[in-house]
Amino acid sequence: MSFSPQKNFEESRHKTGYLPRKEATQETYDRLGFMSGLEVHQQLLTQEKLFCHCPAGIYNDDDDFNAEIVRHMRPTLSELGEYDGTALMEFKTRKEITYRINNENACTYEIDDTPPFPMNREALAQALEISMLCKMNIVGEVHITRKQYLDGSIPTGFQRTAIVGIEGELELPHKKVRLIQLSIEEDACREISDIGHKRIYKTDRLGMPLIETVTYPDCVNPEEVCEACNYIRFLNRSTGKVRTGMGAARQDVNVSCKGGTRVEIKGVAHTKWIPELTHNEVFRQWALLRIKKILNKRIKASSWKMFYADVTGMLRYTPLKKAEKVLAIRLPEFQGILSHFIQPGSLFADELSGRLKVIACLEQPNMIHSEELKPLPGKKDREKIIQKLQPEEKDGWIVIWGAQEDIPTALETIEERCRMAFEGVPKETRKSLPDGTTIFERVLPGANRMYPDTDSAPIPLDDKYIEDIGKSLPEEMILRYKTLKKWNVPEDVYAFLFSKNLFPMMQKITKETDISPLYLGIFFGEKLKFALHHYSNRKNFPFKILSPLFSFLKENRLHHQLAESMLPTIVAYPKMEFDSVLTAIGFKRHSEKEILARVPILLAKFTEGKIHPDKTKEHNWVMGRLRKTALGNMDLSVLSEKLKQLQ
Amino acid sequence: MDNDIFQGYKGDALTLLKKFQVRVWGTTRIETTRGHFEGTVLPRAENDDDQHIVLKIATGYNIGIDVKTVKKMKETGYHKANYKIPEKEFPITPGLPRVKLFGTGGTIASRLDYRTGAVIPAFSPGELYGAVPELADICNLETEKVFAVFSENMGPKQYIALAKAIGAEIKNGIDGIVIGHGTDTLHHTGAALTFMCQNLPVPVVLVGSQRSSDRPSSDAALNLMHAMKAAGHSDIAEVMVCMFGPTSDEYGLLHKGTRVRKMHSSYRSTFRTIGDTPLARISRKEIIPIKKHYNKRRADKNVKILPYFSEKVTMLYYYPGMHPDVLNAMIDKGYRGIIFVGTGLGHVNKELYPAIERAHAKGVHMFMTLQTLWGYVHMFVYDTGRDMMARGIIPTGNMLPEVAWVKLSWILGQTDDPQKVKEMMLTPVNDEITLREPYNGYLIYQGGVPEVEEFIRKVHK
Repeated sequence: MSFSPQKNFEESRHKTGYLPRKEATQETYDRLGFMSGLEVHQQLLTQEKLFCHCPAGIYNDDDDFNAEIVRHMRPTLSELGEYDGTALMEFKTRKEITYRINNENACTYEIDDTPPFPMNREALAQALEISMLCKMNIVGEVHITRKQYLDGSIPTGFQRTAIVGIEGELELPHKKVRLIQLSIEEDACREISDIGHKRIYKTDRLGMPLIETVTYPDCVNPEEVCEACNYIRFLNRSTGKVRTGMGAARQDVNVSCKGGTRVEIKGVAHTKWIPELTHNEVFRQWALLRIKKILNKRIKASSWKMFYADVTGMLRYTPLKKAEKVLAIRLPEFQGILSHFIQPGSLFADELSGRLKVIACLEQPNMIHSEELKPLPGKKDREKIIQKLQPEEKDGWIVIWGAQEDIPTALETIEERCRMAFEGVPKETRKSLPDGTTIFERVLPGANRMYPDTDSAPIPLDDKYIEDIGKSLPEEMILRYKTLKKWNVPEDVYAFLFSKNLFPMMQKITKETDISPLYLGIFFGEKLKFALHHYSNRKNFPFKILSPLFSFLKENRLHHQLAESMLPTIVAYPKMEFDSVLTAIGFKRHSEKEILARVPILLAKFTEGKIHPDKTKEHNWVMGRLRKTALGNMDLSVLSEKLKQLQ
Repeated sequence: MDNDIFQGYKGDALTLLKKFQVRVWGTTRIETTRGHFEGTVLPRAENDDDQHIVLKIATGYNIGIDVKTVKKMKETGYHKANYKIPEKEFPITPGLPRVKLFGTGGTIASRLDYRTGAVIPAFSPGELYGAVPELADICNLETEKVFAVFSENMGPKQYIALAKAIGAEIKNGIDGIVIGHGTDTLHHTGAALTFMCQNLPVPVVLVGSQRSSDRPSSDAALNLMHAMKAAGHSDIAEVMVCMFGPTSDEYGLLHKGTRVRKMHSSYRSTFRTIGDTPLARISRKEIIPIKKHYNKRRADKNVKILPYFSEKVTMLYYYPGMHPDVLNAMIDKGYRGIIFVGTGLGHVNKELYPAIERAHAKGVHMFMTLQTLWGYVHMFVYDTGRDMMARGIIPTGNMLPEVAWVKLSWILGQTDDPQKVKEMMLTPVNDEITLREPYNGYLIYQGGVPEVEEFIRKVHK
């Protein structure tokens, strides 16, 4: 019977033990040895960038630039005298990097033509505040370090970064997550495009102050990673000194399984993606470990050798026709490996293709192989390839194509990745996709890419300075959580309250008025969330304007429930005065007596023509009629009581 | 001994390290009032305070520990790091030109120094090859470390040593010479070598980098490749400075040693030919001449080495209201030559006249150059100019101030005869004075103007 890639894919998924997330339990993750930690990046809310005086937070469109600058990055030796793995890989890719500069938000510092100015002290104070909230050990002196990035995302080739605190802890409702460190650093460029050997960045975000909170791999299941991430973000926001909105907070998620390797999933834009991503990653590693076992059983890694033949111009498959160079490669003993399950919808062969794109700059599609789920290319081509390579039954083959100059790197890349399959899970960073899967991004860099920044002097942090900052810390997140619990505010609104940092406002209103915190929790957590979703077209609603709303109502002797009617208008027109909002919604003052005076007429209207009117329906109907008139003029629950008496 | 074990530490920090028997490069656990810290103790930069200990923690970052917070320290291991690029022997390819690289120090050949926390010149030229293997495709390289000094410490002694070394190499039949040099005074050396090494049969190329080679975006590698290419393959047998044209990694420019000047403190494209165009544009692929006339490469070895330099020449940068005492002090200190850097067309105020007369009477050689850098000294336009010439100040055309200082120093190293000095000063060796300034010899684009904005948006500058 002939080999069926489709069948092999499904069978290998089954043998890997893959389960969809909703079927997985803690037992599943314990069996795989799920381990995960986070690196949460958060932009700070400062006027200026971290090492120059450019304004922070001014963004421009891709084609709105004043000048372009071209750079290439070369690896350099670390202070320990070694080259970094990523560095060498990035150098292999020979990318030409273009930076687009807009004069409004970038100066000669960003493009590395001026040395750094002293670190923004406003940003440092904010980073310290957050470090203290994380119960970190604060360093005695901040040393600015260069962390190499050869992908070009920073024109210098390194990011200036510095540790503010180490060894902290974050208390979640049901668990403590230990923190490794918190650093302050400059943000990187935003990528515009990356095609072939050309990568284009814009420099608007470059240099903005950022903190990075790194946790130990303490999370034991995907939901826990998500929860920890949320709490770190909430904690950052609780200071009111961080940026919010698209891209202001981003996280990298580290995942490994038993026998696997720490793999870093970069740039996860939404926390809600985390569970699916980490779930799939732990199974991807598990699948790679299975491949390792199979391969090592078949052949000794040291005697494995691939063969290739030049088939340029021989094949008819359309994408190959224009290719400068086409190679067919025989991968001994790789039958069943190429179509082995790796992630939902992806095979081992996709791991090869991903690396070809990134390392050898071959744009996808960049390869075809013997185990395509839908056979590619045509029969005649396949016969030619087989004739050229003479594969044995247990072998696999692939065909790659591209520019002549990229082919040597492409061959090395294929060989390297295939050899890694004998060892298990390669150390790498992966890019997250919205469907919860990931693709290869880079080789995982080591600690070897850190250098002292010779352009900056260390900044001492004396006890007095730290004490002063410590005086204005907000309370801990876990205390806020416990307070909300005590107030009986339902747990499903906490995320919204914390993410918008509305807790302090609730606290303040509770002190100033006699409105129950439970009411405020629902008001901010549900009603406001609903109103924002339906009536606002702003990205950043100024929540602060809601703070005086309840004292306004109190001063005007209006019932606080009127706030609910005002919300849609306030949310749509945040600059409108509360008085005008009242006019806009057509609010009129009525005394309790006037309102109650309408009850008999309404009751009569409801009962008209009914023999046995339903009391509850009648009650609800009358309340419905009076709600708008009564709201703000009297407590609706009082109205309800009085109505019952009159029924 | 202390130096070795406690590199850079002093005062309180040193006392603390000694008290707990912790060495630099020792893996250490420190208990402080701010919690525990673990890592490797690193050397401390000499000019930093004595209140902190530097620690490299497991994640690769460095942090400082405040000595006042330390309760206890314990060394648990020791691992000394060596920062070193492997020195590789340069491969010889038959058919490629022989190029000699002279190392002098400066950013093109540098590494991090933990002691000072700064960049120091320490890469041997051989190590450079380890870092830039592409050089082997350009030429067969031989290297020699002539000396290692910072650019700002380059001076007469080094000029003379270099000139002699160049002479010796040419006699050995080298095809081209590259000199790695710090950038601050690259143009001074360019002028000095032009005067000291005349009738060159091969290119002599000065090169540096504006970003040290310890960073990925350094211009060092590309500058080196361009310089090797110019030295080995170009037919321009002059002393040249080879540095970035635009700040982008695109092409380099070859500037005459006498007309080039560093014009920005930190830009990569800092070197500009003043009052003229550069000699040529250079990339890894090709050399495109800009100037039609230049001294051509020859097969002979008839270089003239004139290694003279007087240290009795100074410069006077004039400012409004300058008192004559400054000039008098120079005279009294025995300076034999003074390069005035005057305003506008070459002016100083009347208050200086008596001092100028005094200098002239003492036989001090005085020449006028310009603060404007571009343009010619013209002392016939106003009475002031004529007054000064009458008092012995000689205009130097469009010679750059630094070049004039180098040239007068070189001349006074050979003669003190006023007539001879004047004649040598005003007879150009290699375009330090040009007869005409081309229209594109003065270009300072003004940002904000629409046509310039359009230009810089389209062209990588």
